[in-house]
Amino acid sequence: MKTGFYPGCSMKGSAREYSESLLAVSQALGRELPEIPDWNCCGATAAHNLDRDLALALPARILAAAEKDGMYEVLVPCAACYSRLSVTRHELLGDEDLRRKISGLIEADYRGTARVLNIVEWLGGIPDLESKVRKPFAHKVACYYGCLLVRPAGIVNFDRPEEPRSMDLLMKKIGADPLDWAFKTECCGAGFSVSRTDLVARLSGLILDDAVQRGAEAVIVACPMCHLNLDMRRPNIEKLAGKKYNIPVIYITQALGLAMGIEPKKLGLQRHKVKVKFTQGLAKPPAASITPASAKPTAGAKSASGDSPAEAPFAGPSAKRGA
Amino acid sequence: MSDFNPKIVAFVCNWCTYAGADLTGTSRMKYSPQVSIIRFPCTGRIDFMLLLKAFANGADGIIVSGCHPNDCHYSSGNFHARRRWIVFRGLLDFLGIDVRRVRFSWVSAAEGAKWAQLVNDTAEHVRQLGPFSGYHRLRGLGVG
Amino acid sequence: MARIGVFICHCGENISATVDVKKVAAAASRIPGVAHSVEYKYMCSDPGQQMIKNAVREKNLTGVVVAACSPRMHEPTFRRACAEAGLNPFLCEMANIREHCSWVHEKSDATTNKAIDIVRTLVAKVKKNKALLPIKVPVTKTALVLGGGIAGIQASLDIANAGHKVILVEKQPSIGGHMSQLSETFPTLDCSQCILTPRMVEVAQHPNITLHSYSELESLDGFIGNFKARIRKKARSLDEKLCTGCGLCTQKCPTRKIASEFDAGLGLRPAIYVPFPQAVPNKPVIDREHCTYYLKGKCRLCEKICPTQAIRFDQEDEILEVEVGAVVLATGFDIKHGDFFPEYGYGKYKDVIDGLQFERLASASGPTLGEMRRPSDGRVPETVVFVACAGSRDPAKGIEYCSKICCMYTAKHAMLYKHKVHHGRPYVFYMDIRAGGKMYEEFVRRAQEVDGVQYIRGRVSRIYERGGKLVVKGADTLLGARPMEIEADLVVLATAGVANAGAEELAQKVHVSYDPYYFYSEAHPKLRPVETNTAGIFLAGACQAPKDIPESVAQASGAAAKVAGLFSQSELVREPLIAVVDRQAPPLYSTCVGCFLCQAACPYQAIEKEEIRGRDGRLIKTVAKVNPGLCQGCGTCVALCRSKSIDIQGFSHEQVYAEVLALLNRGESDV
Repeated sequence: MKTGFYPGCSMKGSAREYSESLLAVSQALGRELPEIPDWNCCGATAAHNLDRDLALALPARILAAAEKDGMYEVLVPCAACYSRLSVTRHELLGDEDLRRKISGLIEADYRGTARVLNIVEWLGGIPDLESKVRKPFAHKVACYYGCLLVRPAGIVNFDRPEEPRSMDLLMKKIGADPLDWAFKTECCGAGFSVSRTDLVARLSGLILDDAVQRGAEAVIVACPMCHLNLDMRRPNIEKLAGKKYNIPVIYITQALGLAMGIEPKKLGLQRHKVKVKFTQGLAKPPAASITPASAKPTAGAKSASGDSPAEAPFAGPSAKRGA
Repeated sequence: MSDFNPKIVAFVCNWCTYAGADLTGTSRMKYSPQVSIIRFPCTGRIDFMLLLKAFANGADGIIVSGCHPNDCHYSSGNFHARRRWIVFRGLLDFLGIDVRRVRFSWVSAAEGAKWAQLVNDTAEHVRQLGPFSGYHRLRGLGVG
Repeated sequence: MARIGVFICHCGENISATVDVKKVAAAASRIPGVAHSVEYKYMCSDPGQQMIKNAVREKNLTGVVVAACSPRMHEPTFRRACAEAGLNPFLCEMANIREHCSWVHEKSDATTNKAIDIVRTLVAKVKKNKALLPIKVPVTKTALVLGGGIAGIQASLDIANAGHKVILVEKQPSIGGHMSQLSETFPTLDCSQCILTPRMVEVAQHPNITLHSYSELESLDGFIGNFKARIRKKARSLDEKLCTGCGLCTQKCPTRKIASEFDAGLGLRPAIYVPFPQAVPNKPVIDREHCTYYLKGKCRLCEKICPTQAIRFDQEDEILEVEVGAVVLATGFDIKHGDFFPEYGYGKYKDVIDGLQFERLASASGPTLGEMRRPSDGRVPETVVFVACAGSRDPAKGIEYCSKICCMYTAKHAMLYKHKVHHGRPYVFYMDIRAGGKMYEEFVRRAQEVDGVQYIRGRVSRIYERGGKLVVKGADTLLGARPMEIEADLVVLATAGVANAGAEELAQKVHVSYDPYYFYSEAHPKLRPVETNTAGIFLAGACQAPKDIPESVAQASGAAAKVAGLFSQSELVREPLIAVVDRQAPPLYSTCVGCFLCQAACPYQAIEKEEIRGRDGRLIKTVAKVNPGLCQGCGTCVALCRSKSIDIQGFSHEQVYAEVLALLNRGESDV
């Protein structure tokens, strides 16, 4: 009964820190996460635009390898990979002819016995996570789910598709104050990450702007694409918006790691484009300007006045958005 | 087998198919005379053992027909019939009776033409299958 | 020994043109048991019927087969003729040699032979027929109406005006239902209370109507004409006979900040309260969950100031037992509440409200006295977005149906808003506009063209608060799904109409079926829209499906007509073509083994458990018993019974077996 780990390409490249922090956390939790032997690319955005069989065969091969290795569930931290693996499992389990055909293509009998888990689902399944917290992550956070973590609803069957809350609940467990904000599931522009950086800059900018306005100290993500667009593309975003956003973008595993008292370096926090400054003061009581996590995140009118924490220099009124 | 005139028994419900067959008549549509109807209040009333009884006594083919799903006069009798039919098919197969000798259909009170079509199709079908020999074998043995 | 008479009709030439009727008559006369066989030009004519009557008497017939048209045509005619001749009508059968033979086949020997087969089949059946007596069920001429909304009010008044007694049971402290909460009604914009409250008063004053408000049905037993209902009269904490409804207690009650149910949570009420000024009965009720005395054991202010000493803190619920002959379910509907629309901030943002709340905001008797002010800060909303289909027609929200009333009330809301705030900007997001109904489409057009309501065809993806405004994000699908944002001051969601929370429980109590959404099922979707599958229980209003006021009233009158029809005779006479369970002498008593598969299969809850006891009272066995008042004669139980212990009169095992054998030309001796 073991849980396999599918890193995919991002975790080995642009999102190395996601992988590092996940493994640091899983080690601290005493959970082994063996990589699926001989895993391959999930096909992500390219394959399903070109060839349906290929788009199904690539994830099916990964899952078949996991099954063969005795894994009954597979953790897929990248939301794009998670989507491809979930869709494949859903389609092949619902169509016996297709399952046979794809099994023939990958020369392995895919049975569909291994469940596909996303990172929030996996962390949510760890009992008594609160007891592992050494230094409560007492910050106002905006949990950003993006598009693929909770959708399509009928396939992933995870959380509420339009107003998810699973990540917020996890954040509460580690002492954070998850904010009620409006861009939880808005598009960051991922699909145009390479081809239309101008679009990415605009869409991601809207997300950051709302988080900052509502007083968030960090955006929490669970997807390498989201991170890339919100963090690495920050110069483009700021150039387009004509203003600075200092808000860091942190992987959910990094936030958890910090709360568990794991050294920031082990969590790869230094790799971010936007520096995570408040980690330096973690051991100390929170700065006076930062409201402690006591206010309940229910009142909708919160931060409507445009108050911003001292960390974020941007405090001007919201620019009129062009829709 | 051109001179073979099959005997076909139709078990139909009173509210839809019987009325549909009446409409075939009032519309003066013609169909094969090899079929005779036995009226039931509802297909839900039909004990499928009766079908075996009919085969054992010389029927070559059988039609079972009632109201379309969700149109049952008694709201759910036709669903019971459909379930029984699914189970009964397996039994027919086990007994060695060709499942194609039984036609299970829905004919509404407005489907006079469908009834004529159903009867003609079934008659033609059974004609091609030939007489139900199991019956004649039993008769030869002095059974049935 | 059977003495069957066979009467073959020519039907002019309808039969005789293709069937050799003389040959049929000759063949019939050779069937064992046939004592008389004749053919005649028109059997259904007076001389034809007379032939049958004479033969019944002279030949002492024990059964009659009329070979003519479809029994659906003339079975009652010939059965009546037999009865007039002294033969039990259920000993007469028809052999359909017209619709099923002469009309559908060419003239040939095969056609004549088929007619002979049909006659032989029916002769075999009629030999097994039994004399049956019609079932008579006594009828208690009192109706129980559950629910005092407009449907229940209308049904009660119609039944009462037909001269029958009515017991009206309402769960809330006052009758009136959702209609009493409405501001104005489409498509005429007349004030809801103005047309409703006279009806409420009429109910209260009608000599034939007994009203039990603040009461609920506890249980219902029995069957059509003979129901026994137990009604729980919840403790009002008040002696209704002494209370004059002066209202002093409600004015003085110190606990005043309880969300008012009548105002859909937008207004406040005290712990002892009358839901609204025109309530019927106009007597207060103490809300024990909030009353200081019940919570802390102190206060009793109302008791001290009551001029008639009507307050009763120690009052307990009372159970009433009543006998009724018919039940009308008029329990109404609800609209979807709660957090099922988190992306719209419904339940989170004060200024995102539902349709009923808007009704209260727009109502002259509402918390703002009809002034258009938003709940959060009391400001006049300059921009209002109305979202139609908030949950309806949305499989992702689990509601696939159209709630039917929303298109119309949304148009009305936008119109009312514009009438009150002339410079205001109302927007409506919609999927399709469904305005089928008299003057309905014209009404929606008026909203668009005269009042300038902006209709945007598209759905809203998200609503969030920003700088004191509600940002409504949506798409305009008529402009190429262009994304759009509207900064609104107030958002009104036309949330889906759903069944009441207690709908399922009530359905199980009274044994009526319901759909997957807990709306009650009518007996036939087209032809029996006010009846349920349980005889004697009828439907009125939105408990069956979402519907507007005119439709609810029409259905209520329909249900009342059914009840009045049922009550027009003191005995209910029904055809005895129903199921019966085998009963026989000791030691077996019955072949029924008591598996009760039949009970689960019966669509009419007509199968009961019967305990067979010995003389000493010892339980011998529990067997099935068919309630003749409820059984409709479908026979599903018959085909299901493992021990063949249940049979249906008129289509018995014996009869259909005999038919099958005869049809295949196998005499009984051949079996």
